[in-house]
Amino acid sequence: MTPSHTSTAAFPAFVSAALRPLPLGPLQLFLSAVLRRIVRHHPRIFDRLGAHAGKRYGLAPSDLPFAFVLHTAPHAPRIVVVRSLPERLDARIAGPLRALIGMADGSFDGDALFFSRTIAVEGNIEAVLALRNAVDDAGVDVLREGAAVLGPLGQFGEALMRHQRNRSTADRPGSTASGSGEASSWN
Amino acid sequence: MKLTLGPVLYNWEPSVWRDFYFRIADEAPVDVVCVGEVVCSKRLPFFQDLVPEVVERLAAAGKEVLLSSQALITLERERRQTASLAREADLLVEANDVTALAHLVGRPHAVGPYVNVYNESTLAWLARNGASRVCLPPELPASSIVALAKACSDVELEVWSFGRVPLAISARCYHARLHKLTKDNCQFVCGKDPDGLPTDTLDGQAFLSVNGVQTLSSTYANLIGSLPDLAAMGVAACRLSPQTCDMIAVASAFRGVANGMLDPAEGQHALDLICAEASFSNGFFSGTAGAHHKAAAAV
Amino acid sequence: MELICPAGTPSSLRTAVDAGADAVYCGFRNETNARNFPGLNFSPEELAEGVTYAHRRGAKVLVAINTFPRAGAIGLWHQAVDDAVKAGAAALILCDIGLMAYTAEHYPGTRLHVSVQAAAANVDAIRFYVERFNAKRVVLPRVLSVPEIAAITRGTACEVEVFVFGGLCAMAEGRCSLSSYATGLSPNMNGVCSPASHVAYEEQHGTITSRLGGFTINKFGSGEPAAYPTLCKGRFRTDLSTGYIFEDPVSLDAATLLPGLRDAGVTALKIEGRQRSRAYIENVVRSFREALSALDEGRPIPAGMLRPLSEGQSNTLGAYRKTWR
Repeated sequence: MTPSHTSTAAFPAFVSAALRPLPLGPLQLFLSAVLRRIVRHHPRIFDRLGAHAGKRYGLAPSDLPFAFVLHTAPHAPRIVVVRSLPERLDARIAGPLRALIGMADGSFDGDALFFSRTIAVEGNIEAVLALRNAVDDAGVDVLREGAAVLGPLGQFGEALMRHQRNRSTADRPGSTASGSGEASSWN
Repeated sequence: MKLTLGPVLYNWEPSVWRDFYFRIADEAPVDVVCVGEVVCSKRLPFFQDLVPEVVERLAAAGKEVLLSSQALITLERERRQTASLAREADLLVEANDVTALAHLVGRPHAVGPYVNVYNESTLAWLARNGASRVCLPPELPASSIVALAKACSDVELEVWSFGRVPLAISARCYHARLHKLTKDNCQFVCGKDPDGLPTDTLDGQAFLSVNGVQTLSSTYANLIGSLPDLAAMGVAACRLSPQTCDMIAVASAFRGVANGMLDPAEGQHALDLICAEASFSNGFFSGTAGAHHKAAAAV
Repeated sequence: MELICPAGTPSSLRTAVDAGADAVYCGFRNETNARNFPGLNFSPEELAEGVTYAHRRGAKVLVAINTFPRAGAIGLWHQAVDDAVKAGAAALILCDIGLMAYTAEHYPGTRLHVSVQAAAANVDAIRFYVERFNAKRVVLPRVLSVPEIAAITRGTACEVEVFVFGGLCAMAEGRCSLSSYATGLSPNMNGVCSPASHVAYEEQHGTITSRLGGFTINKFGSGEPAAYPTLCKGRFRTDLSTGYIFEDPVSLDAATLLPGLRDAGVTALKIEGRQRSRAYIENVVRSFREALSALDEGRPIPAGMLRPLSEGQSNTLGAYRKTWR
């Protein structure tokens, strides 16, 4: 079954609103730990990034009140949580958190998310492609890595997130496609 | 340096087409002239009967005449036409597709700019199998031209030097599509645009030029400023592709620079006047985007 | 009919094999192949691992070396041929005459497939590659209708492979310099078309403008499906009209034509998309594997299943069905 690439449901607005006043410190610690695990388990990512290792990417989940700056330095990659993305970045990728995570773990196709306008990209597009391809090859299961950092509590959170995502991947593509079933011919 | 006049790529009125070649025969300082329909087989019947007299006039004027084959062959009729051209012609045939090459290998022939000759290995294979002259693909940079000329001295190499650059060929007719006609009932609307149909970006920037199933650049390639470099590289001929501007004057300007009677800047100035409407490009030659243009000194 | 599937990375190769590919095609991580995109493709070691993985599951690996070697630097392409043969490639997919000559001379036992980039669109052109270089299969350019394909298979003993899904060129393949005209980089020379390095997207008030090498290729209003700024699928302006002059941003989906292609004598069906993700490969390969099963069992073939993965979110039958014939 083809996952829908047009209905990657966003977090409900109340979730976003509830998260807004939270301090970023604990999240920062958590994400840094997740990134360390990812780098340890997927060392080939930097090889695939090639000349783009070292680029700074802004990741902006459109349904969360904060964003991330990913600095892909080969020996010391860093992820920083910010309230809003700084100006000086190599590229920016924006979209629902679930779409961003789904691209990383291989459940969504980045091109299809772009075609459907679910995600938007700006800046150095070659750098975006390199990151997308490197991560797609590695198959980074962000949820599992996150859950592993959190321990028992994390497994509950992972199950909850997977349930959310499966809801959106289970949508039949036919229900989201426009136009008739018949493909057009050339003239 | 020889000058070659490429085949007319556009759908010109048969009488205009004939008179153009007559004038070339009588007045243009070119050495080689290509005749034939490269773009669309549906156009050929209109001027086919005029080909013998045109060839005769050109030959009588001392021009070497090449018969150019069609660039994209999908129909059975086109395949038969190409086969008979390649097998039966008395003149040297310029193959613009592997289809023609299939019939020509083992015999002397020319290879046109629509056959992919990008490296010395392919060039050497073609030379071994009968190619005596090769017009290189227009997107080749100077660095490749140098390497090819060095590697293969027994083939006359020719470089696309003037005129809109052929960028693509398709099974689909964009002229027909724009006029909301089918290709089979195209009413030969490409004849309305004897210098191509201007195709601009959404921001109004001139970009491409549509010629039936072919897409060309909006700019005219122009290597007049690089003629001394081309000669030094060992390039044997420059191809001038017919546009609606005064091609006799264009050929004279190129001849002047090639002979050293004009310096490249003077040649450039002459072309600026002859083709006042055109923008020029030489980006392919300098190894950048084809649309770019650098003044001769900077190339 | 064999199902030939794309792989841009080792993970994609495994995904394609697991999803039911008969063969996977891939390329090296350099300009010797026509998907020379950042972060994609294989090292010689990764290729050898991929071949082992595929062989264990009864699948083959084909290696695309389908750009035209650069004058003065042919060694890189020869190395690619050597490495592919050494890794156990079942066939090499080539387009350059010189490289075919090299391969036929040095590796006469290796199957040679004529790449779509060679644009061999008729039996005489195919005969040239068969007679001169002992080509075993030709990948047909996407300019032919199904009856024309049938005429070709009748006229040649060479196996015929056709594209059934994915991005498609409006222009004859391997004969297009639109990309290098705007950017200096072309499919033939550099293995890229409309390369990401020259793409810029600018979003203003919900409208995305896409530019390539500074030329505006398209503008998408809010909510309108977007597309790559591939030159032949951009919107342009002429005196007659403004819009998709060459081709809409659509993908090929010939699933419904499978019975016709089988009856036309086609040997292999090819899926485009080495630059796409594992999610795409998994879904497209599985879908076509199901369609082929349906074909074998005489069941109807489901249509339009893959539209969400397609450019512009819509599909075309391309040249396969020419209404003007």
